[in-house]
Amino acid sequence: MSYLLQQVLNALQLGSIYALIALGYTMVYGILTMINFAHGDLFMVGAFLCFLSVVFLKLPFVPTLLASMVGTALLGVTIERLAYKPLRQAPRVSAIITALGVGLFLENFTLALSPYPKHIPSFVPDISWMLGDVSISLLQIVVIACSLVLMVLLDLMVRRTMTGMAMRAISWDKTTAPLMGVPVDLIISMTFAIGTGLGGVAGVLYGLAYPVIDPYMGIMVGWKAFISAVVGGIGNIRGAMIGGYILGAVEILVVAFLPSTYRDFVAFGLLLVLLVFRPHGILGKPTVQKV
Amino acid sequence: MKRAGLVWCICVLVALGAAGCGEKAPSTIRVGVIAELTGDMPAVGESCKKAAQLAVKEMNDTGGVQVGDTRYKVELFIEDNAGKADQSASAAQKLITQQKVLAIIGPNATRYAIPASEIAEGSKVLLITPWSTNPKTTVDARTGAPKKYVFRACFTDPFQGRVLARFAMDGLKARKAAVLYDVASDYNKGIAEFFKATFEQNGGKVVAFETYTTNDRDFSAQLTKIKKAEPDVVFLPNYYSEVPLQIQQARRLAIKAPFLGSDSWGSRELITLCGNDCEGCYFSTHYAPDAAAPAARRFIQAFKTAYGGMPDDVAALTYDSFGLFRQAVSEAGTIDRQAVRDALAKIEKYEGVTGDMQFREGSSDPVKSAVVLRIKDGSFVYFANAHP
Repeated sequence: MSYLLQQVLNALQLGSIYALIALGYTMVYGILTMINFAHGDLFMVGAFLCFLSVVFLKLPFVPTLLASMVGTALLGVTIERLAYKPLRQAPRVSAIITALGVGLFLENFTLALSPYPKHIPSFVPDISWMLGDVSISLLQIVVIACSLVLMVLLDLMVRRTMTGMAMRAISWDKTTAPLMGVPVDLIISMTFAIGTGLGGVAGVLYGLAYPVIDPYMGIMVGWKAFISAVVGGIGNIRGAMIGGYILGAVEILVVAFLPSTYRDFVAFGLLLVLLVFRPHGILGKPTVQKV
Repeated sequence: MKRAGLVWCICVLVALGAAGCGEKAPSTIRVGVIAELTGDMPAVGESCKKAAQLAVKEMNDTGGVQVGDTRYKVELFIEDNAGKADQSASAAQKLITQQKVLAIIGPNATRYAIPASEIAEGSKVLLITPWSTNPKTTVDARTGAPKKYVFRACFTDPFQGRVLARFAMDGLKARKAAVLYDVASDYNKGIAEFFKATFEQNGGKVVAFETYTTNDRDFSAQLTKIKKAEPDVVFLPNYYSEVPLQIQQARRLAIKAPFLGSDSWGSRELITLCGNDCEGCYFSTHYAPDAAAPAARRFIQAFKTAYGGMPDDVAALTYDSFGLFRQAVSEAGTIDRQAVRDALAKIEKYEGVTGDMQFREGSSDPVKSAVVLRIKDGSFVYFANAHP
């Protein structure tokens, strides 16, 4: 029983990080119908900003989180203005290629500045408690709590504020929303800022939990988070959160009960099966192409 | 008229080009090095590069290498494989066809050494890998026969796995072992299996044999499973950027068993990334800087003077690779790829910085001793010797 509880805690921690990154993918897709493939690398930049604030500015946890969030958000908005805005009317493929290009640029730029994997000294005290046989660390609590709080705040923002309503309006009907007075460019920039800001927070939490960072760390994690977003229903915020936790849970529980070599095989197999039976994801709405 | 003029121009250019491409007698010995300068193990590549440059500088400072009745200076070409298997292969190709090197030293990690060794074998160019310990590097995958042009300067993993399993049983008094290794990487997988085989042959039990894939960062599920199995020792034959995460996550889960490593732990970066969590761990490697023989001490001093830090096992083995190469070139008497390879194959015994190497019956894998080091007070300390 305690073994299962321990694994559930592990799954919650991993799932929280996937969920935060998946939110970035889903928000951008919802509003622009474009997959921001550079998002995994923005997450990596968030982790490096965390490294810079902890090692050079010696900031404690909350200022590091804010600094990383703001830094990544600014970078996200800049990328949006420079790389994606000019391509809004272009074919979808061009935007995707540009996103991949931006991702490669971020990876290699960081590689040029920092070829060695870097270690982030711990900036949250390394305390753990034993509840019977289950070990809970402060780290795990911080990661899970931060993610949940931010996800709840995001959900509230999208459902209860004017900005959120504007975002939902644009994702519903991009041509009519500006006719109703919605400042489209501003809202798109804000969406990018929030989405990438959450990716930055995920970078900090990841750096906290797995303190060795390198320029290519965003690739695999980015893909997994993208898959979580698709499984949950791409474009749907609650879907992204659910998808993240599902992928985290499947990965951890497969290792917990089957030989660990089967992890990726079973995890992605299950997701494939899910998409076969529900192609638009768990909370996604089937889109009908009207001619 | 215009067309005739164009044809004339093209003819002139071709003639000039052909004239420039004359076969000149080589005036230097060209050596290529393929190192992991960027990617997931840059500390390994950095050590290799520094040792290579030191070795070449020492050769050139004495006027070059004596080959027959001429002294040739050595020219070094360093390529980065960026921690990618395909780039290792293309680096080898570039060194062989463009830089026309006499031999290649490197790559170091097995998963990059194997692709490069296949290119070298196919092009009949000598390749010496300083650090790759997996047997597959010198064995042709298709025929099962040993490769003719690929040699190594280090011991192989069947020996290392035995050393570690025996150390775990006799030194750490362990009866139950758990292993966590990278299933996608030849080296980790190979040595994990050799360790398991010897450990179980000698009466021990491997209670957990868990895997992960390269670039994974979260090992909590596998470690929780390992904790449940209650091992006496946890074997982590993984590279220096992954081991600190594994040990930290294990300690957070309150795993009390000691950790055992293999020669992939040898880089000083391990301590930088690990901090205090690695205190008291043991691992096997190729040489111990603090218990070195006189030949080794000269090298260590030269390295310290040139670069400021202590040379690690990769540096020492790279230096030995160059030593082997130099002896082969001198004994070959000519700068010919085949002759140098044949001369290297004839070497039976070589005394290097990393100890005595014996090449038996023309095998390209030397028989050497290993050392077990302990991590104490943030540095690597000699613990024991293990002879073949």
